[in-house]
Amino acid sequence: MTFGEKQVAITGIGQSEIARPSSRSALLLTIDAILAAIEDAGLTPADIDGLTTWPGRMDSDPGFGPVGTTDIKEALGLKLNYFAGGKEAPAQFGAAINAIGAIAAGLARHVVVFRTVYEATTRKQTGAGTAFGTARVPDARFQWQLPMGAMSASNWTALYAQRHFHDYGTTREQMAQIPLNCRRNAALNPKAIYRTPLTLDDYMGARMISTPLCLYDCDVPVDGATAIIFSRADAAGDLRHAPIRLEAVGSALHGRDSWDQRADLTSMAAFDAAKMMWSRTDMKPSDIDTAQLYDGFTILTMLWLEALGFCGKGESGAFIEEGTRIALAGELPLNTSGGQLSEGRVHGYGYLHEACLQLRGTAGARQIAKPVNTAVVGTGGGPLASCMLLRND
Amino acid sequence: MLANNAPLPVLTPETEAFWTGGCEGKLMIMRCAQCMRRHHPPSPVCPHCYSERVAPEAVSGRAKIASFTVNHQKWLPDMKVPFVIAIVELDEQPDIRITTNIVNAPPETIHIGQSVQVLFEQHEDVWLPLFQPEKGA
Repeated sequence: MTFGEKQVAITGIGQSEIARPSSRSALLLTIDAILAAIEDAGLTPADIDGLTTWPGRMDSDPGFGPVGTTDIKEALGLKLNYFAGGKEAPAQFGAAINAIGAIAAGLARHVVVFRTVYEATTRKQTGAGTAFGTARVPDARFQWQLPMGAMSASNWTALYAQRHFHDYGTTREQMAQIPLNCRRNAALNPKAIYRTPLTLDDYMGARMISTPLCLYDCDVPVDGATAIIFSRADAAGDLRHAPIRLEAVGSALHGRDSWDQRADLTSMAAFDAAKMMWSRTDMKPSDIDTAQLYDGFTILTMLWLEALGFCGKGESGAFIEEGTRIALAGELPLNTSGGQLSEGRVHGYGYLHEACLQLRGTAGARQIAKPVNTAVVGTGGGPLASCMLLRND
Repeated sequence: MLANNAPLPVLTPETEAFWTGGCEGKLMIMRCAQCMRRHHPPSPVCPHCYSERVAPEAVSGRAKIASFTVNHQKWLPDMKVPFVIAIVELDEQPDIRITTNIVNAPPETIHIGQSVQVLFEQHEDVWLPLFQPEKGA
C-alpha cells in the first residue's frame, strides 16, 4: 500500500527572526516566515492554495497562539482550497499532517504550514511565569493540574522525570547532556538566543524549577514564526530546491489523552506516534542520520529517543551519557540548531526547519559532516505527539 | 498548608462530586454499576463497557505516590514555595490517578511508593483533595 505522505514533499522553508522580544508584531513575524518560505520554494503567493497552523488563534493565550489562518488569509489575500487551524490535533505537527492529508486527498497543491509564538512579549507584558491566570479553569484537561499549583508543563514533565529516575536509575548528570549538547550546537547558530558555553558545573549548580528539572531543563520563550511548504510530489520537481520527501508520519494517540492518567508514566503519546510511523516504512532507527526531537523540557527528548527506538525503554540516560553519541560528529546528531533549550522555543517547527537545512546540506557552520539523507523529527510531550521521517533521495 | 492561590476548577455536573465531596470528607470517584470498574476524570458513560449506569462513589482515600516533584518556581506572585506536587494511585484501583499536593511532610521525606491518605482543603465552593503520608509511611 502507498501511504498518502509518500505523495507529498517539502518544497520551501522560511523563518522570521527569533527574538526575546521582537519589535515586530506576531502577524508581521508570521508574514516574514511565510513570504520567505514561498520565495525559498520559488513559488508566488498565487500558487498557495492551502494553509494550516497549530494551535490556531487563541485569544485566551495570545503568546501561545497569536495568529490564525484567517489573519494570514486576509493579510496576504490568499485563494485557499483548504485551510485548518486548531489545537485538537496530535501536537504541533498536527497542522503538517492536516496539510499532508489535504494534499494526498487532492484538496490542495501547495500548502503553507506555519507556527507562530509570541511568548517573550506576552510574558514581559504580564510579568508572570505562566500563561494561566488566577481565573477559574474551564478547560477539561488543565482543571486536574492547575488547582494544585501545577501551573506549568515543567511540573507535569518533572513528574515523568522523577519516575524515570526512580525506575531506571537515570541521573541529572545524564540528563544534562541534552542541554549541554544544545548549547554546543547553538554556538554555531547565529540565530540562537543562548550561544555562550554551558558546562556541567553550570547545570548542576542551576536553580531548581521543579525537581529534578532545573532552569536549563526548560526551554526559552521567544517571539518567532516558522513556515514550511508542503506540496504535491508531482508538483515539486521543478522548484528551486530538490524536494524533501516524506517517508512516513506518526499521528497516533492510543493511550489516555491526559498528562497524568497514562498507564506508564514514562511512556507518552510519543510511543504511539513513533510506533505508527515505523509501521509505515521499511526503514529502521539505524537508517536515520539525524534526529530533531522536542526539547521543551529535557526529559521529553529522552522519552522521544526511547519512543523512536534509538535506545531501549529506560535506556536514554545511558544512550546520551558523555554526549558524544548525540553530538554534531556523533552517530545520531541531535537538535543541531540548539533546540528550544538554546535556539529558542519556536515550538515544534524549528526542528522541521532545521531537519530540512541539514537534508539540503545548507546548515552552515553546524552542518553535520557526514552525508545526511534521512532525518526524524518529533514534537510534543505528554498526550501530545507527532513525528515524521524525512529523506532527500 | 497551601496558600498558592492557584486557579480553581469550574464545577460541572460531571465534576462537581469530585470537587465538593470533601465537604463530607469523602473522595468521590466515578464507578460503573454494570462492570464495577472506576474511571477518572468523570464521564457520563463508562469508558470500559459504555454503560450509563455510572455514579460517584466514595473511596477510602488511601493511595500511593506514583511520582512527585518539588516545585520551586513562583508561577503566581503570591505562591508559597517550595511545595510538593504528586501523582497518586488509589489503593482501590491503581489506574485511577490524581494529581495533587503532598502536605504535612518535609519534601525531602517524600518518595515513590509511599502510602498517603486524603485530606481536604476548602477554597470557596471547592474542596481540593490533598494527601499526607499515612502514619509510619
